[in-house]
Amino acid sequence: MTKLTLIEGRAAPLPIENLDTDQIMPKQFLRIIDKAGLSGGLLYDLRFDANGVPRDDCVLNQSRYRGASVLIGGANFGCGSSREHAVWGLQQYGFAAVIAPSFAEIFYSNAMNNRLLLVQLERSEVNELLSLSEAPERADAWLRIDVEQQKVITAAGRAFSFPLGARHKRMVTDGMDTIDLTLASLPEIEAFERTHFSRHPWAAVM
Amino acid sequence: MSNRTLYQKLVDSHTVTSIDEQNVLLYADLHLMNEYTSPQAFAALEAKRRAVRRPRQQLAVVSHIIPTHAETPRVIRDVASLLQANNLARNCEREGIRLLAANDPLQGIEHIVAPELGLIRPGMVVLCGDSHTTTYGALGALGFGIGTSEVEHVLATQTLVYRLARTMRIVVDGVLPYGTASKDLILWIISRIGAQGARGYAVEFAGSAIGALSAEARMTLCNMTVEAGARAALIAPDATTFEYVRRHALSLDETAWRNALVDWRELISDEGAVFDAEFRFDAHEVAPFVTWGTSPDQAMAVDAQVPDEAGQATPEAAAALRRALGYMGLSAHQPIAGTPIDRVFIGSCTNGRIEDLRIVAGLVRGHHVAPQVRAMVVPGSGSVRRQAEAEGLAAILTEAGFEWREPGCSMCLAMNDDVLSDGERCASTTNRNFEGRQGRGGRTHLMSPAMAAAAALTGCITDVRTLEPHHD
Repeated sequence: MTKLTLIEGRAAPLPIENLDTDQIMPKQFLRIIDKAGLSGGLLYDLRFDANGVPRDDCVLNQSRYRGASVLIGGANFGCGSSREHAVWGLQQYGFAAVIAPSFAEIFYSNAMNNRLLLVQLERSEVNELLSLSEAPERADAWLRIDVEQQKVITAAGRAFSFPLGARHKRMVTDGMDTIDLTLASLPEIEAFERTHFSRHPWAAVM
Repeated sequence: MSNRTLYQKLVDSHTVTSIDEQNVLLYADLHLMNEYTSPQAFAALEAKRRAVRRPRQQLAVVSHIIPTHAETPRVIRDVASLLQANNLARNCEREGIRLLAANDPLQGIEHIVAPELGLIRPGMVVLCGDSHTTTYGALGALGFGIGTSEVEHVLATQTLVYRLARTMRIVVDGVLPYGTASKDLILWIISRIGAQGARGYAVEFAGSAIGALSAEARMTLCNMTVEAGARAALIAPDATTFEYVRRHALSLDETAWRNALVDWRELISDEGAVFDAEFRFDAHEVAPFVTWGTSPDQAMAVDAQVPDEAGQATPEAAAALRRALGYMGLSAHQPIAGTPIDRVFIGSCTNGRIEDLRIVAGLVRGHHVAPQVRAMVVPGSGSVRRQAEAEGLAAILTEAGFEWREPGCSMCLAMNDDVLSDGERCASTTNRNFEGRQGRGGRTHLMSPAMAAAAALTGCITDVRTLEPHHD
């Protein structure tokens, strides 16, 4: 897999608290059996009116944010439904990272499994980046995210550190076939199963 | 190890191996699937020529996309939805996985079906590609939702790479007041601690008010704990739990049952166990609750007034309130009671159980749904539907003007054709009042089954305590 250590680009501001995965990827786009075509469904009700016409009030429809690779959101970003379609849609649309004061738990795992970088920063730091993102045409709105160093660096040289567990970092930078890694522990899994079900036969329900 | 929490005991007993300080390889006793979060997992397995490791520890249910019109046999007319149902059938057939398909008499919502089939028992780890898997904590099982990549991992290995949660205890003592139920309690708790108040935590509920709840009421409570951001919800199994499991887990014979009880009685947090966070609440303070906004924590007592920006703790909360009131078509300071509604939805994995339908039928018997209101009852499973018919509840509901429908997730998330129109206001027993969740522009007010029944009869949001008793 290709290495992903640096994410660069403009950021689009979407400071909505508790932005849930129903809004990120609405229900009508979930009736699929593959991952294709989710870019069109991303944040659909925010991007389009009831007739499918792009809404001017959505930053993603403004040409100055075209090609933005980072999304800046509100706290508890990605809460609600476990649908991984939300992560696939964000990536298909072109986002490589989301910055927010906090992320919902299932969304976080889904993002890591797909190498969508989630950058959790203090509210004041997020607000500073939100201000910068409001003038994306200015040179100082360009962001660099150094995954190895766990830092968001602005064009003016401001740097903000973010947490990222060692395993998650490796998942983002290198990509990881977690199933292959787990199957390397197959003897342990089998041994566990034997003991577990012989000691707790009630746990075998079907 | 005499100071472990219940959560730690469940994790320890299912840890195959420790991966690092934050992660363990966690074993899943049971994995449940639906038609919309599993297809890409099966496809990825197939592409990599991997097999399902333990087919007999999987159960699949067609639940989210299925239409709920009362017709026999049930037909899925939407082409994309039918493809999902057929694809699930194909995947299950090929891998030898038990499937409850559209016309299976046991079909229903996964979180209603699994406990009633006796598949959820104390001490288990149960995973599902659905966030409301936290429901199973009501029976002392560790359940939580996973994404599709993780579904693939579970299918291939029967394990999950699991990031350990912090622990929180929420103690609720006292007696729930007249007119309230566990739905009011959880809405009240979420409004207190916030939509991310339990984010990162496995929450254990304790206290006399929790002990007094039925097993089904506990399921409502644990089901919605995920709306506070929790990674799991747990209640230590007790006599109520054992009685429920005994009634449903018919495959356990007397010896197996006695041995199981010995194990299950250990499933408590030890005296010296330390939680990372703790809340204490008094059940007396709970009132019939209803959401006014677009996040489950934007909830209030039904006899209160819609809050204003000045009352919000942070600028972000004030902005969220402004946005929510605009979407909901409400104003600060208006009483929420009396707000006219267009639709009523009774059902979902939160409140689609037989106990919920008994409460609704008890309130609406001899009355009629307000003429301008369309009210639907969608039982959580085929078993619930048949039970309600046998008890005469279905007849009461139909006579009162409710649509009596076939089981499924239905308008909880509106993946099928049960959808709110733009601007329609709905009294709903579901779990999420997000913008557009039940249909674009739809306005959802979450509440208990009793409150939804009251709203159906009066045509507006109504304090169930003020409803006049029926005349027999």
